[in-house]
Amino acid sequence: MSQEPATGSGQQPTPTPSRPRQVSLRARFRRDWRMLLMMVPGVLALLLFFYIPILGNVVAFQDFQPFLGFSGSEWVGLGNFIDLYDNPDFWNALKNTLVLATFQLVLFFPVPLALALLVDSLVSSKVRRTFQSIVYLPHFLSWVLVIALFQQALGANGLVNNGLRSIGLDAIGFMTDPATFPLMATFQLVWKDAGWAMIIFLAALANVDVELYEAAAADGAGRWRRLWHITLPSIRAVVILLLILRIGDILSVGFEQFLLQRDSVGAGAAEVLDTFTYFSGVIGGDWGAGAAAGLAKGVVGLVLIIGANKLAHRFGEPGIFQSRKVA
Amino acid sequence: MARDVTASSRPVWKEKPSVLLSSTKAVVVAVTSVLILIPMLVVVSTSLASEEQILEAGGYVLWPTDPTLEAYEVLFRGPFMVQAIGVSVFVTVVGTAIALFTTITMAYALSRPVLFGRPVLLAVLFTLLFAPGLIPMFLMVRQLNLLDTVWSLILPGALGAFNFVVMRSFFQAIPRELTEAAHMDGASDFYVLRRVVLPLSKAVVAVVGLFYAVGFWNAFFNALLYIQRRTDLYPVQVILRSYVIRGDSLTADQLGVEQVPPPQSLQMAIVMVALVPILLVYPFLQRHFTKGVITGAVKG
Repeated sequence: MSQEPATGSGQQPTPTPSRPRQVSLRARFRRDWRMLLMMVPGVLALLLFFYIPILGNVVAFQDFQPFLGFSGSEWVGLGNFIDLYDNPDFWNALKNTLVLATFQLVLFFPVPLALALLVDSLVSSKVRRTFQSIVYLPHFLSWVLVIALFQQALGANGLVNNGLRSIGLDAIGFMTDPATFPLMATFQLVWKDAGWAMIIFLAALANVDVELYEAAAADGAGRWRRLWHITLPSIRAVVILLLILRIGDILSVGFEQFLLQRDSVGAGAAEVLDTFTYFSGVIGGDWGAGAAAGLAKGVVGLVLIIGANKLAHRFGEPGIFQSRKVA
Repeated sequence: MARDVTASSRPVWKEKPSVLLSSTKAVVVAVTSVLILIPMLVVVSTSLASEEQILEAGGYVLWPTDPTLEAYEVLFRGPFMVQAIGVSVFVTVVGTAIALFTTITMAYALSRPVLFGRPVLLAVLFTLLFAPGLIPMFLMVRQLNLLDTVWSLILPGALGAFNFVVMRSFFQAIPRELTEAAHMDGASDFYVLRRVVLPLSKAVVAVVGLFYAVGFWNAFFNALLYIQRRTDLYPVQVILRSYVIRGDSLTADQLGVEQVPPPQSLQMAIVMVALVPILLVYPFLQRHFTKGVITGAVKG
């Protein structure tokens, strides 16, 4: 570390206490230029497909006409946002988004945790590993494939309804009924991703100190008391972290899943903010409205995640950034 | 000490579960597995079943008694499925190569204390918190003249923040002494990355590569958004949506045959085309991903 150039002979070596080594920008550049070159493709991708598009959000404040471009289109200030406020379709999309997010929070969120506790309690490692392989699998299937599978199983002419008809019952509109759609959509999500979401809990469970269990068992605590007093408190930080991330992401309930089912269930139940953006902007040609809805969603999401993280700190939890350094 | 995840015997202090508890567990495990596997089994079976069996069963078959590849033959005779597979394979292979290159170089540079490292790292991590929005992305891709080209399916996916985090934390765990020793011997950063770091990183490159590959293979929305006129550039996922989810019917003309087989078996064959590559890579993926994901998620 001590690459300080030796100072004059008679002088005392200057103490360099807390200050980090000062190397001139030029010297660092000469040392690091290859590394900087390596960053070029990534930085380029970041600029082209993240940061420049963020600037493209100016469309939200314009009456954007594609043939006039960004500079030629008329500025309308907050006009697009005011239009959104008056647009019942936007409110419907927002309502659906919040309903679906609530369903996901209440019905989806606990499932991976429960699955992880189950897997963690399986003694046979063979059963455990096989089960894990099976429940992780659906995560890697595309939404198109998942919806196709669901349609084949539960659609009007699907497996279950064929069975119902063959024993003389009426078919049930699992995949088309707007009233039960939030439940169906959550079930699809559980089927696809609950197993995958379990991984992080499993990792947390594997880190629980086994001596705590031993000591508790020696003191006569049974399996349920150990679960309540050791297991759950030990993984609290992870649970809270994931809850924060989920809350910050509350306006992103999923895109493809709803786009794919909007035809059969109807926009009344399956339109969410993301599909609203797509249909009003790209399909409907109202670029300003679409961009305004998208921007509002992004900003609210950012505020939510930072807010939730602050809240976690207030409760003495590590939150998003610190917890990653732990364990 | 953390528990050994692979340990298979019951610790002495752990009581034997009651019959009720262990049978409840067995039922949950079995039912969950069946709910996941049955739809896939039905797809495979129906795609292979003969016309008579499908008609007899009223649509779906659990086990083909008289397996035939007729549905696949018909599917592959027409140009549209072969084209779609070509597009998907191209996007997956080229996309994965480009994304891996971008991610590896970026992650390596940012895993060492490098000039401008901090702000660039924050710039990457910020992408995890915010999205530029659909409309601005669309306008950007259009501005770059990428609409209706395969590149619109590849370039926007050239750097995934999550994969970057996984890769970077792996590189960070490689001892500094190792790379510094190579530098002492006069090796450049490029040489160190290629000859020292990458050979040690095969596992993480495999995982991240497979994550990217699965992502490119599964990408549907980008195709819907950016491929508007060129139907010959539709990837498999778009075909799957049109002919299975929407139920658009395939004409004898499109297929290049006179007799169209029952729609069910054709649809299931299309589903299989989307499903099989995932099932093929899954065993490889599975071997490494738990570790990779946990490094990414916990240490990020």
